[in-house]
Amino acid sequence: MLSSLRTGAQGLWRISSRALQTSSTLQHDSLFVHRDTPEDNPSIPFEFSAPNQKRVEALLAIYPEGHKRGAMIPLLDLAQRQNGGWLPISAMHKVAEILNLPRMRVYEVATFYTMFIRKPIGKYHVQVCTTTPCWLRGSDAVLNAIKEATGCEVGGNSPCGKFSLSEVECLGACVNAPMVQVNDDYYEDLTVEDTKEIIEKLKKDEKPKAGPRSGRFASEPLGGLTSLTEEPKGPGFGVQDALKA
Amino acid sequence: MAGALARVIQGTKSHLGIVAPLTGVSNVPVRYQQTQTSPGKTKYGPLADADRIFTNLYGRHEWRLKGAMARGDWYLTKNILLKGTDWIVNELKTSGLRGRGGAGFPTGMKWSFMNKPSDGRPKYLVVNADEGEPGTCKDREIMRHDPHKLIEGCLIAGKAMGAQAAYIYIRGEFYNEASNLQVAIAEAYQAGLIGKNACGSGYDFDVYVHRGAGAYICGEETALIESIEGKQGKPRLKPPFPADVGLFGCPTTVNNVETIAVAPTICRRGGKWFASFGRTRNSGTKLFNISGHVNTPCTVEEEMSIPLKELIERHAGGVCGGWDNLLAIIPGGSSTPLIPKDVCATVLMDFDALVAAQTSLGTAAIIVMDRSTDIVKAIARLIMFYKHESCGQCTPCREGVSWMNKIIYRFVEGNASPKEIDMLWEISKQIEGHTICALGDGAAWPVQGLIRHFRPELERRMAAYAATCGPSKAERLY
Repeated sequence: MLSSLRTGAQGLWRISSRALQTSSTLQHDSLFVHRDTPEDNPSIPFEFSAPNQKRVEALLAIYPEGHKRGAMIPLLDLAQRQNGGWLPISAMHKVAEILNLPRMRVYEVATFYTMFIRKPIGKYHVQVCTTTPCWLRGSDAVLNAIKEATGCEVGGNSPCGKFSLSEVECLGACVNAPMVQVNDDYYEDLTVEDTKEIIEKLKKDEKPKAGPRSGRFASEPLGGLTSLTEEPKGPGFGVQDALKA
Repeated sequence: MAGALARVIQGTKSHLGIVAPLTGVSNVPVRYQQTQTSPGKTKYGPLADADRIFTNLYGRHEWRLKGAMARGDWYLTKNILLKGTDWIVNELKTSGLRGRGGAGFPTGMKWSFMNKPSDGRPKYLVVNADEGEPGTCKDREIMRHDPHKLIEGCLIAGKAMGAQAAYIYIRGEFYNEASNLQVAIAEAYQAGLIGKNACGSGYDFDVYVHRGAGAYICGEETALIESIEGKQGKPRLKPPFPADVGLFGCPTTVNNVETIAVAPTICRRGGKWFASFGRTRNSGTKLFNISGHVNTPCTVEEEMSIPLKELIERHAGGVCGGWDNLLAIIPGGSSTPLIPKDVCATVLMDFDALVAAQTSLGTAAIIVMDRSTDIVKAIARLIMFYKHESCGQCTPCREGVSWMNKIIYRFVEGNASPKEIDMLWEISKQIEGHTICALGDGAAWPVQGLIRHFRPELERRMAAYAATCGPSKAERLY
């Protein structure tokens, strides 16, 4: 708002004045306002598919009467999945219609949460965690490897249109750092080689093996367990007397 | 998020102010009322496998209902339910369990707030599985490898507070974890363990999963409630507390996944058993995440009050390049202030010992940084995280964190004036405690920790910058 005022004012004064000139600052990593484009405008119809209609009903059922609005985030997510990973404005309108809400309420939510992507993205959305725990373990190298392999810039799509790259905040797999998320799957304990291999496989539309790449199964210490080496005890182990009666 | 909640419950000002002179002698000789060790017990950890609650932490066994039952889940659940509300709450109070999401509020007490005379509104249990605090990844292991512990915990907690349903709010990125959890819930419904007449006890209880959509702030309890209601995740002003007006306007309790998941085992094995671990007021076992510069990063369940050094050396294979290569540790997730090596050598991992060391247990997510780390950059990256995740509702946080971010990124290269260190400290103090939720505090503390322990490093960088590039712009201005 202010920056647009300033731009206008500068336009008027530019010739005669020596006003302070600055480059406009990026307010956020994505644009908040909607701009009609050929691929995303309110006149493109959006309907939930038949199987998704059933899911919509199931989602609405878990919220009490009078609070169906609770289903907004799940419905937007469903719409985004149906639409190939991004959320067009007509889908937001559809959700508003289902929930019987003003459209503005849906716009609010869709712009607040970072998982709603409001512009077309590639088939594979590669999200690299670069927050401190991953950064300490070398996420910068992983990010660069992905940039190189896909030709994406952060926040943009690859020239082939298949990949989109985002730098994201902590994805909650810190002991398996560094990690990336591609669509719904986590790829953990990455090296630069692993990252390249994942991207090469995705280019061929093969599914790379998800999970840790270092040879461990989950979050156990690599190279031998330090706990939980015994078989788990069966039911009834250590139960207090008060319960047995 | 929840890691930052400590302020609300305990009052940070007193932590960070009064106990300041005690740094460095945090655990052994100091005895103030709250941290008296139980007589006879001076050594904490390692825990025996038989005393571990999360027996499938690493997913080496079957996670579905059959496997869970073979490990003792859902055993005598009906008896626990039939013992009634007061019995369950008392077991929890005896166990001394403190909330595992960061603030460390006693769980038994929290549950007892829900047992006011009913005014006809339904009650809800909300499980906070919006795990997003950098460094923290414990709840993920529970949900994908031991989901039945969580579901059984929901049922028991629900009974203890008379709730009619539980909503598990899981962060949107955890798609596969949510899917495991959903499968486990379906299994439990089919087996009659939850739903109508849960476990044959005559109590009706539903469990629902609600997936979020990527917002750290939704880990704050009132923001989480807003988010389930289908709104922007902006924290509400308290009071009224959720126990009075929470989800859908009804009394609600929000608990962390780990808190809920340990409840069934506590009820089965007894509060006394749980209280036998760790120091008084810090009892129990805890999941620790050890990430960063260690040889084998891992998640492990250990006894509370285990020395930090022993924890790292026993389970995480030691610091990369040996203990002497250690620079600093963030002991409880990103929002807790870091502690330098000399403190790390002696500090115990529990609520009170870490408060005495001017930091906090938070979520017990240990981020280890060795001498190769650019410590200023590491903290700066955390501030960038908070800047990104601030919901924008309160001005001190929205604007202040952006300022801190700008300043601290100049500190990284040294392009700043030493006077700005105090300025940054002051900004952080102006943010802390002046916002609706604790995200502002969580953003302020890492900066305060950095300035408290690494001021010479900041000044060195500024001097080095001034020597090569001349006085910084800030130096000329101030």
